[in-house]
Amino acid sequence: MLEIRDLHAKIADTDTEIIRGLNLKVEAGEVAAIMGPNGSGKSTLSYILAGREDYEVTSGDIIYNGESVLEMDPSERAASGVFLAFQYPVEIPGVATMEFLKTAMNEQRKARGEEELSIPDFIRKVKEAAGDLKIDMAMLKRPLNVGFSGGEKKRAEILQMKLLAPQLCVLDETDSGLDIDALKIVSDGVNALRDPNRAVVVITHYQRLLEHIVPDSVHVLYKGQVIKSGDKSLALELEENGYANVIEAAA
Amino acid sequence: MNVQSKIDKTAAEEALSEHFLNSLGSLPGSPNVVQGRDKMFAALLKDGLPTRRVEAWHYTDLRRLLNSVPAGQVDGHAAAEAGLVENAKVLSILNGQIADDFGTLPEGVSVSSFKDALADGSADLHFADTEADDAIGQLNGAFVSDGYKIDVAADAKVEAPIEIQFVQSAGQSHTRLPVAFGENSNATFIERHIAADEDEVLTSSVSHLTVGKGAHARWVIVQGQNVQSTHLGQVNIDLAEDAKLELYVVNAGGQLVRQEIVAAVNGSGADLILRGVNLLGGNTHTDVTLKLGHNVPNTTSNETFRNVVFDKAKGVFQGQIKVAQIAQKTDAQMACNTLLLSDDADFSAKPELEIFADDVICAHGATVADIDPAHLFYLMARGITEKSARGLLVKGFVAEVVEDLEDEAIVEALENIISEWLQKNG
Repeated sequence: MLEIRDLHAKIADTDTEIIRGLNLKVEAGEVAAIMGPNGSGKSTLSYILAGREDYEVTSGDIIYNGESVLEMDPSERAASGVFLAFQYPVEIPGVATMEFLKTAMNEQRKARGEEELSIPDFIRKVKEAAGDLKIDMAMLKRPLNVGFSGGEKKRAEILQMKLLAPQLCVLDETDSGLDIDALKIVSDGVNALRDPNRAVVVITHYQRLLEHIVPDSVHVLYKGQVIKSGDKSLALELEENGYANVIEAAA
Repeated sequence: MNVQSKIDKTAAEEALSEHFLNSLGSLPGSPNVVQGRDKMFAALLKDGLPTRRVEAWHYTDLRRLLNSVPAGQVDGHAAAEAGLVENAKVLSILNGQIADDFGTLPEGVSVSSFKDALADGSADLHFADTEADDAIGQLNGAFVSDGYKIDVAADAKVEAPIEIQFVQSAGQSHTRLPVAFGENSNATFIERHIAADEDEVLTSSVSHLTVGKGAHARWVIVQGQNVQSTHLGQVNIDLAEDAKLELYVVNAGGQLVRQEIVAAVNGSGADLILRGVNLLGGNTHTDVTLKLGHNVPNTTSNETFRNVVFDKAKGVFQGQIKVAQIAQKTDAQMACNTLLLSDDADFSAKPELEIFADDVICAHGATVADIDPAHLFYLMARGITEKSARGLLVKGFVAEVVEDLEDEAIVEALENIISEWLQKNG
């Protein structure tokens, strides 16, 4: 489903290269974990997948469902099924959460040539999804992410993921700022979305999240490259020994 | 000897002079009013219409911007529209004339004709001396022909909003609204300016809002005239002890618009809340000028303006707050935030605090920015196209300001005005 080929990328307007020859393959139905020390390029990778303009791909390619996404803007990528759950969802005052959800769902449907949702259908879908994630409807009456606690923001991200039903989910440090209960709710939400036709890329610092969202593959990112790949036991090994051994072995 | 050469009149000044001469004898007024009109008109054109050399008009050079003045006589026909909100009581002013029959008025509200007041001497006090730079007061004073004089009885709780609906099909009109809110009364007014036809119009309207002790007043100004319109508005405000006024200004139309707010906070415990939205596009010029005086101790005010500027539009906000020496414990907060959405768009913000008391909290802030790229990315990453993401963000930026109003129906109506304007001009 996703294939990243020898990707090089830098911060736009500078020469700072962050991704330096990254290769990664994720199949449909797979949950891939990307781990790595601070500054290894994990968040940058998630932004590049979503199409953020602050980064410039200088060479290599990102193939999603057989096609390069490099020429697509973020909204086109989203409409084709790519979803990024942000590490730090931005607060957008003045934009009502429900209006945002309705616009996002309908614009994606429009882009795919589907009919717009009726208001009752839309509200029913939101209520269902919110209930599963223990999100109070009152929270959704507030402006988008404004005044949400850290946990509420992350749950709102998973709510959007559920409603938009993407094919490729990229979760950027979804566990940061979550207490145990919230971590459980969020992980259950993600696990409920596991599907043979869907791939999930979980970017995380700690093994903790992977106890709840058990990955099929684990990849270690260091200095903008995948330096080691393995199964879920690799995550445990990293937890025990840290990154030093893996980095040394790759050097 | 100091001889000043007489400056040539501009076309607009010529037209105003001619209109004034033609109107002599036909405008209503007691002997004092007739004299007052002469004085006002002489003051208006003493040095010509104000230019950028007059400080209060520095960013709105009226002499240069007022290119022409439509005929004083109106041939066209203006028809009232439905109220902005369903339950509003509409009092229309069609081409400068108030309704013959006011219909059923909400309980506690009494209305009379300002034209009658001009004739019977009870409006004489409106023609006392004006400030030298008060061109709107002078123009309106010289030509004012009608208006509603409104009283809200003490203790009256008026549920339905009252909409003063100004509809101008062509030509000029100059109207005045003295509105007195009795002690502990509670009422909401909408001042709505419409000029839907293609013709050029010039309107001036001056309101005098006297908010009595403990009263809670809401006043919502909606400017939605066509792009041939010049509108010169002025709201004069007097707040008594524990009085509260929520003033909303939404500018979403007109070619040349200046809305002045002259507020005197004269009673301890009084609170002024001012919220403004300026939606500016095309080749238009819009100016909001605030002169606010905190004149007694223990008063508060809070002013927030949000502006979005497209195309070659120009906007101005002048916010002057004066805190008198005795006005200790004043709390005044002013903010003016602008989204500039084209390279040729322009917005001038001039906050001006003059504080003579030493124990006060006063702050002002002005920002000018483009849309935050992080916000845009977030929305686009959810599949929202760049165009509609920008639309959502611009609307959110301004709509936030009108949401403070408690009346949900009015909030919704204002949000619709904002959405429609952005749809057309964004």
